[in-house]
Amino acid sequence: MKILVCIKQVPDMESKFRINGAGTWYDESDLAWRINEYDEYAVEQGVRLKEQVADAELVVLSIGPDRVKEVIKKALAMGGDRGVHVKDDAAFAKDSFEIASIVAEYAQKESFDVIFTGMQSQDRASAQVGVYLAEMLGLPSVSTIVDFSYADGTVTASRELEGGLKAVVKVATPALFTCQLGLNTPRYPTLPNIMKAKKKELLTVEVAELLKVDERVETSRVYFPERKGGGLVLEGDVGEMADRLIALLKEKTTVL
Amino acid sequence: MKTLLVGEYRKGQLRDSCYELIAFAEKLGADSTLFLVGSPTDLPRTDGTLYLADVAKYGEFNPEAHKQLLLDVVAREQPDAVVFSHSSYGWDLAPRLALALKAAQISEVVDVVDGSFVVPSCNSKLRREVKAKTAVSVITVQVGAFNPGEPSGTPTVVALDTDAVGSLEFVGYETAEKGGVDLTKAEIIVSAGRGIGKKDNVELIARLAEALGGEYAASRPVVDAEWVEHNRQVGSTGQSVSPKLYLACGISGAVQHLAGMKRSEYVVAINTDRDAPIGEVADVLVVADLLQFVPVLTEKIKAL
Ligand SMILES: Cc1cc2nc3c(=O)[nH]c(=O)nc-3n(C[C@H](O)[C@H](O)[C@H](O)COP(=O)(O)OP(=O)(O)OC[C@H]3O[C@@H](n4cnc5c(N)ncnc54)[C@H](O)[C@@H]3O)c2cc1C
Repeated sequence: MKILVCIKQVPDMESKFRINGAGTWYDESDLAWRINEYDEYAVEQGVRLKEQVADAELVVLSIGPDRVKEVIKKALAMGGDRGVHVKDDAAFAKDSFEIASIVAEYAQKESFDVIFTGMQSQDRASAQVGVYLAEMLGLPSVSTIVDFSYADGTVTASRELEGGLKAVVKVATPALFTCQLGLNTPRYPTLPNIMKAKKKELLTVEVAELLKVDERVETSRVYFPERKGGGLVLEGDVGEMADRLIALLKEKTTVL
Repeated sequence: MKTLLVGEYRKGQLRDSCYELIAFAEKLGADSTLFLVGSPTDLPRTDGTLYLADVAKYGEFNPEAHKQLLLDVVAREQPDAVVFSHSSYGWDLAPRLALALKAAQISEVVDVVDGSFVVPSCNSKLRREVKAKTAVSVITVQVGAFNPGEPSGTPTVVALDTDAVGSLEFVGYETAEKGGVDLTKAEIIVSAGRGIGKKDNVELIARLAEALGGEYAASRPVVDAEWVEHNRQVGSTGQSVSPKLYLACGISGAVQHLAGMKRSEYVVAINTDRDAPIGEVADVLVVADLLQFVPVLTEKIKAL
């Protein structure tokens, strides 16, 4: 079985963001970068599937500048077999359609039986790439899964809906799944596995070789939302703030 | 401008979100037509044309068949935009349809400014203005972003059919076990977010809730980590609550969390990050480390 997991590197969402010079995205300097939370579940599910079926290969792919090799290496240390880095310094400017097309172009060359992606990225949050990719490859897809089990060429997956409801579906492989938070508990790479991962193949492909389409969505401007809330902000000494808050609760609510 | 609005059915019932789509189309000043895989026994209250496919035949989760049904309507109606809610139904179907139509897809629209669509990024810390570069676009709108008016009217139904079959087999629905607490009735809720750091600290939140005579709850990561049981999760995939006081401790304020607590009367957020998006909805934002602040607050409340 051949398994593909697509991952993205994103900034820590608690970062102090700044807008880039062109006003079209955040400034990428001085940020702490991580694997997209949703993709971490995707990697874990890929590794579990690989461990379950004998004779499987797990490929991890990421698009972006050189720094994204870090997240590929993390995924390899979690149990991936080889990495593909699509080198693209301008990945941030590409829309979901372009990103999915790049992956589809690569994935066409190797026939993957199961593909996992995150349900969305934490920064763009479009929730499009996985489903787009499946459609481009002509594969069935199940989005937002919170449960996955595989037996004899069939996957049973739970798809999360709103309000605590799930839909259980069965689908034959090859198929694609987009992973939701809570699908599993991603493992921490152990030191020996981190060392082993350094020796695993990490192929770099220039994005120009894989990009055959034009963007369909254009970003004209990125900005900070206006603070409309106008709520009160308390800062300073913990004890004094607690007193202030209690006074406010007495004044503005009926709970105290 | 002409929009095709895609309503949703869940467990045999129309979801109210279709009225938000109508509000969105009105904001665009568009003429709209509705599409629904549903049943004639529960139709949207609105005038105009409604293309209806039978949910008993096609199912509520059968994206390939729903896509084909939609493509047939798009061919007949030639809309400029097809609009879904940004929900599990919408984000699953929208890219499928967009690809088939060679259309741009824009997700999670919260506003429209001079013909550009505004979408949140980075956990709502940033806003992006985007435009479709294609003639037709497929849009999902954020749940709760466009306020519906009072629904009224009776649609003119046009029945739909297709031979398309999907490759997924729908096995059934699963409901998360409720039981135990009923957060929907709680007047005071103290909610723990990922900022609590570890399971042991749930105790701090529970103690504050007890001191206030309320319930404790949690955001999703805290539930996913199994620090708190699922029936205490607040949000779009948890419970919707409407207490008199909601205390969000170490919660950033992602839309999916806000969806579950936005009907709270008074919101207090405790967060180390002054820029956390929860500040947008909080009446009071206490900029503090909850591990220090919550115990102090608890003691002071107990002493009242
Ligand atoms: C389809 C879908 C459905 C979802 N459904 C839900 C849902 O029902 N409910 C839900 O909650 N989420 C849901 N989510 C997840 C949601 O997008 C967020 O990931 C989640 O709400 C974040 O939880 P959080 O705020 O606790 O954690 P984070 O976003 O990680 O925020 C932690 C916050 O704690 C602060 N902090 C850190 N340390 C401290 C400290 N010591 N003291 C004070 N503050 C501190 C940080 O500044 C930060 O603001 C859903 C996501 C998707 C895609």
